[in-house]
This record gives sequence, structure tokens and C-alpha cells, in this order.
Amino acid sequence: MKALRRKLLVHGLALGAGLALTAGTASTALAEFQPKKPIEFVVMAGKGGGADKAVRFFQSIIAENNLAPVPVTPINKPGGTGAEALVYLNGKKGDDHTIMFTLNSFYTTPLRQPALGVDIAEFTPIARMAEDTFLLWVHSDRKDINNVDDFVKAAKAKGSGWIMAGTGKASEDNLLTDFLNSAYGLNMKYVPYKGGGKVAKELAGKNADSTVNNPSEQLGFYQAGNTKPLAAFTPQRLPMFKDTPTFRELGQDMVYFMQRTVVGAPGMSKEAQAYYTDLFSKVYNSDKWQKYLKDKSLQGDLLTGDALMDYWKREREVHRKMLIKMGAISG
Amino acid sequence: MVEILELLVTGFAVAFQPQNLMLVIVGCTVGLFIGAMPGLGSVNGVAILLPLTFLVPPTGAVIFLAAIYYGAMYGGAISSVMLGIPGASTAVATTFDGRPLAKQGLADKALTAAAVASFVGGTISVVLFTFFAPPLAHVALVFGAPEEFALMMLAFATFIGLGGDDLYKTVFSICIGLVLSAVGLDIISGEPRLIFGNITGFLHGINFLVLAIGIYGIGEMLWTIEEHRKAGGQSMMSKATVTVKRTIGNLKEITRTWKTLLMGSTLGYFVGILPAAGATPGSLMAYGVAKQISKNPEKFGKGALDGVAAPESANNAASTGSMLPMLTLGIPGSPTTAILLGGMVIWGLEPGPRLFVDHQDFVWGLIASLYAANLFAVIINIAFIPLIIWVLKLPFTILAPLIFVLCLIGGYAPTQDLHDVWLMLLFGIVGYLMRKLDYPLAPAVLAIVLGPLAEPALRQSLLISGGKFDIFFTRPYSGPIMVTAIILLLLPAIKPLVRRLRKRG
Repeated sequence: MKALRRKLLVHGLALGAGLALTAGTASTALAEFQPKKPIEFVVMAGKGGGADKAVRFFQSIIAENNLAPVPVTPINKPGGTGAEALVYLNGKKGDDHTIMFTLNSFYTTPLRQPALGVDIAEFTPIARMAEDTFLLWVHSDRKDINNVDDFVKAAKAKGSGWIMAGTGKASEDNLLTDFLNSAYGLNMKYVPYKGGGKVAKELAGKNADSTVNNPSEQLGFYQAGNTKPLAAFTPQRLPMFKDTPTFRELGQDMVYFMQRTVVGAPGMSKEAQAYYTDLFSKVYNSDKWQKYLKDKSLQGDLLTGDALMDYWKREREVHRKMLIKMGAISG
Repeated sequence: MVEILELLVTGFAVAFQPQNLMLVIVGCTVGLFIGAMPGLGSVNGVAILLPLTFLVPPTGAVIFLAAIYYGAMYGGAISSVMLGIPGASTAVATTFDGRPLAKQGLADKALTAAAVASFVGGTISVVLFTFFAPPLAHVALVFGAPEEFALMMLAFATFIGLGGDDLYKTVFSICIGLVLSAVGLDIISGEPRLIFGNITGFLHGINFLVLAIGIYGIGEMLWTIEEHRKAGGQSMMSKATVTVKRTIGNLKEITRTWKTLLMGSTLGYFVGILPAAGATPGSLMAYGVAKQISKNPEKFGKGALDGVAAPESANNAASTGSMLPMLTLGIPGSPTTAILLGGMVIWGLEPGPRLFVDHQDFVWGLIASLYAANLFAVIINIAFIPLIIWVLKLPFTILAPLIFVLCLIGGYAPTQDLHDVWLMLLFGIVGYLMRKLDYPLAPAVLAIVLGPLAEPALRQSLLISGGKFDIFFTRPYSGPIMVTAIILLLLPAIKPLVRRLRKRG
């Protein structure tokens, strides 16, 4: 009964926040909480990484539109593929002034390191701001590769001499590389680098043969004609890459996204949760963020409250299966 | 060529708009203080001030942040010379000779040399940037993991191959630094290493500043307290004074180091443009080369003016250089440019090969503002020298607690983790003991800076080659660099041999 009431309340809050936005009013009666000290915005990556850039982008939107009465201060906890940040947030139980920006290591790191004692189901869902997409990229000078079939032929011929660059071990890029290897019977070698920008540059400089970068990471080189996408790991074709087929079209059921989500400390008060949900709904609907989503070819609707928690639990199971399959954890 | 000059003139028109000029001056001054505070450094300064920049148009914003970056590069030398604590990794090499000069009562000379060297390095590199940006961008692009590793080897080699100190103790010190740099997450396997069971504070690794501030700040203070007591309460620091006559004399003396300045600037610039290298290897290499080509190498480490001029010209040149991969490839050449890159996203600009074509106003406004930033930074810096010297005249009993507090802040600031403050104090005590036993500490600091850059590059290269070491010798860029590094490493062994052969001949 209690759980049901809580569920209804959260749904009500999300609905309220949504209505408030459409009506254009500043706050709802439910959002009584007001932050009293600077909001600590934990970043699961180092300064200058993709997640860090997004947090500073949010910070600028919040400051520019005066959305919060206190400053938002980003704090970087890059250690251990998110482990440091997760442990830090987990230790802030009941804190109403600490939030974090998270990726898919949110699922994989606690699965791979149970010793951390982190259960993501205890965290407070706030808002999923986007889902980043993945594409398979090669250098534009590879005139012999124009589609996935050509790619498979070329990669097969080179065997383990074919270099796939990606960010970190057991990361999103690693999962996708393993998928391609098993789906097409390839033996590509995965070489981890620090940061998606570096990976994109390795491809453009021909130090790697292919990558599975996000569009935002490859955009500069793609626009300059250095690299080209072959296929997308999305259910439908992306508006920015209309001529690029999806793997689903090519008969491989591989759809993969990376969440870009704001999460609160475990045991955050409901009022504070409602406040941050409202705050980030406004950020989500700002012109600047909407333009960013379009420019960087990001997908995903705003997801808050219990819907976000359900999404996490679903995704965690998906990642558990993937990690078992690649041998990173035991079943 | 004519086209470039035209673009530069339009750039100057942008940079010299009153608002932008104000931003340059304010930015340089703010940067100078940020850089002078150990532990704060340009990375944190730029990150903290980033949200302010939406108040001005993108060009003004980048000019402001670049001016802070520049000012901080000048300021970094101040704490190196005055306190012996490098405020940022880029200023490590400056302490080697800057600190001894200050102890001899020549702090004003060291600071003036640092300012002038920064100016020369900054200016030469901006000129190089203006005329050779696109072709050099290509070099940066093909520079892969094997080349990066070769470059790191060269940085180690220029430094170690010089000999001088006790070789075994130097190697021991380097090994300690390398072990400390291995703490934290292994980026290749994704596993945590050396975290002592499960201490989360070790997960983010050991920041270079924790070690540097520990051994140079805390360790040096313990050392000074001991000397202070021995000397019966008299301060060990001889006093420097500033007069116009002295300053002119200093400037004259500095012009004599022109060869070193020229070498440092060019070397720094070329190392700076290589992605992920940044200004630290550049400044260390410049110091090593300066010692190598000097007629009086024995003076290095005891207060040689060239030993200040080389790293300071190189680190400023490299900070300009590191803007190149940021603008043309979207790859940060240093941690600070990584933040600037984030700023460009906020301002709605896409860094990458198209930026030079699509946003000429922005690019050339930035380049022109670098010329202006250099000019103002050197003037502001020299103007502040008397104030800084005055601080040194404070009695040790007042200065010591101030330095101690600065150390604590510096240890906490980069990671905002109290764990690192305790670690820093521990390093301070260990550093003091090592110094008592006559172990050189600089190699440990060098290793903790270069280790995290060299290790992934080595392992990525070996992954690519399937474990074969010939990958470092068969590629067009890494081959020559690696061979040079090996020759330099063997130099101390070869030199006496050559000398003996000559005697016989």
C-alpha cells in the first residue's frame, strides 16, 4: 500500500512537473524543497571528458536561465570507471544536495565489482536527459569499404591485425566490438584508449582501422570528410545519417544506447527529488539542450521517477547478460 | 602567406575591441594569481570561471579563458621560485634552478628571467602557430601510441642521461615514482591496482601534486625548520631587493641566454602540439637539452639562469602549441585545453578540422589575442615582482604557517578528497627522510608525471603490434625519436669512452 502510494505520488510529481512546464509556471505546489547550499554535481569522468562537458553544459543552462537559487558545482570523481563516483554517492545517503551525472558504467561497474557494495536500485532517479547513439566508423580513404559487407571482408582478411579502438575495457565500445566479432565471425583486436575524442583521432590518423564512436565524438572528422559511418546501432536510421543503414536492417538485432542520466543520492527526500526532477525537466526542454540533442544526434525522451527506475533495472539485466557472455563476470 | 596576414589583421581587429582587450588584461591578472597558488593551477581556474563566460560572446569568452591559461603559465613560476613548490606539473623544472637562485638572494633575477622567458616562448610559439598551423595539425593526427611512447622515452632520456647524481639512487627514485604512478585504475584491463585492499581514495590514483607538494612543500619545510634551529633562529633565506638598476642588470644578463630561450621555445612548441603530451614533457626536455648544450653544465641545479629560462620558455610555448590539436582535431593537448574544449561546446562551436574554415573570426580572434595576452602578462608579471619579493621578507615564523596552509589547500584542491591530504603529509615526511639520506627527489616527481602518459602508450603499442617491440622502430616518426632517446640514455656511458679514445689518439 505504502509502495503504491509512493508510486502514485512520484507519478503525480512527474506529471505535475510536466504540466508546470507546458503551462510555463516556475514551480509546482509539490516542489516545496529549495536547496540551501551549493548543489554538488558529481561527474563520473575526469575534467574535459564527454560527461564532464555535458555537466558543465547543464551548469551553464541553469546559470543562464536562473533556474536554481544556489550555484551548481561540478566535482570530478574519475577513478575506477565510475567506481569512485558510485562509492562517493552511495556514501551520501539521505543527502539532498548531491546529484551525479551517469553513463552505462552505472550498470557495469557495480556488476563487475560487487565488493563496492553499490546497489543502483537504491539511488534516487531524477532525469534521463538523453540516450547517446553508436555507429560503426572507418576512415574515408578506405575506398574499398562502403558497407558492412565490405567491412567484414576487409576485417576478416586482416584477422587479429584489424585494430578497433575504443574507450576502456569492458566499456560500451568493448561490448559492441565483442558483438561484431561474434556476429560476423571476426577476430578484431580491441585497443582501449582514454576518452572518445582520442579514439576518434586515432581513426582519423589511421592508427586504428575502425571505431564505434558516438556521433558527437566523430562529428568534427566526419564533417571534414576524414571518416565515414557504415551502420548504426539504433532501431531506426538517424536523421543526421539518413543514408546509413541500421544493423537491424542488415539482419543483426543489435540495438545499443548509452544513457546520459542525472541520478540523486540514495534516500534523498521526496521533496528534493521532486525539485531536481522539475529542475532538469526545465533543462531538458531548454532551447540550448534541444539544439544540442539535434546537433549531436542524440536520442531518447525525458524519463523520470519510477519509469526511470524501471528502465535502470531492465538495462541492468541486459548488461548482466552481456558481461556474462563476454566472460567479464560469472553467471 | 598574404592571406594569413590578412586574416591575422582581422583577428587583431577583434582582439583589440575595448571589451576583449579588457578581458585579456583581467584574465592575465587573475591567471597570474591562480597560477601562483600551488594546487590551484590553470585547470581549476579555467574550470571554475567557465560558467561566467556565457555573459560574453564566444570569441570574448575564449579570449578570457585563454588569457587566464596564459597568466597561470607565468604565475606557475612564482611558487616554484619563491616556495620551491611547483604549482603545476609544468613548473616542476623551474624549481630546479629557480629555488637555488631565490636562496642565494636572487629571487628577483629568477622571477624576471621566468617572466622574460615566458614572453619569448609565448611569442615565438604564437608566430609559429600563425603560419604553420594546418601542416602541423597533420603531424599531430598521425602521432599514435608508439610515437607517444617514444616521446616519453626521450623525455626520460634527456633528463637521466645527463648523469651527475648518484646513478643508483636516481634509478631508485624513478622506480618509486613509477610505482606511485601505477596506483589506481589500470586503463587497459579496467582493474584497480595497488589500492591497499579497498581504500577508495586510491581509486583515482595519486595526483602528481600530492607528491610534489608533499616532498617540496612539507618536506622542504621540515628541512628548513631543522636548518633554522641549527642557525640559532636566523632565517636561512638571504634577502633579495628590487631596484630599477638591479632589474636592468637582470634583463641584460637574461638576454645572454638567448640561445636557450630560442631552443626552449621551439622545442616546447613542437612537443606541445602533440596530443596528450602537454607542456610538462616539453619543459623537462628543454631543461635537459639546455644542460646538455651548456658550457657550464655543473652549474645546473645550483642556480643557473639558463635552467630557469629553458623550462619557462618551453612551457609557455607548449601551452600555445597545445591549442593546435584542440582547435584542429578536437583533442586536448593538456588538461586545461580539455576544459576550453568543453567551453567551445557550450558556446555552440564544433572543434575539428572545419573550425579554421567555418569560424575564422573565432580562430583568428583567439590567435591575435594570444599576442596581446603575452604582452600584458609579461608587463603585469614584472610589475608584481616587488610585491612577491616583499612576501619573502616576512619572518620564517610567519611564512611557514602560511606555506603549510597553502600546501594543505593545494593537496586537497585537485581531487577534493581528504585522503590525499593525509597522503601528502606522509610523502612530506618520507621526502624529508630521503633527502637526509641524499636521495634525489626530482626523478620521482618526473616519473609520477610521465608514468601515466608512458604506460598506456606502451601497452597500446604492444597490443597493436601483438607484443613485438619493433613497432617503436619501424614507424616513420617513432623510429628516429626512439633511437635518439636510446643514444641519450647511453651518453653517460659513451662519454668517458670517447674521452679515453681521444687521449690515446
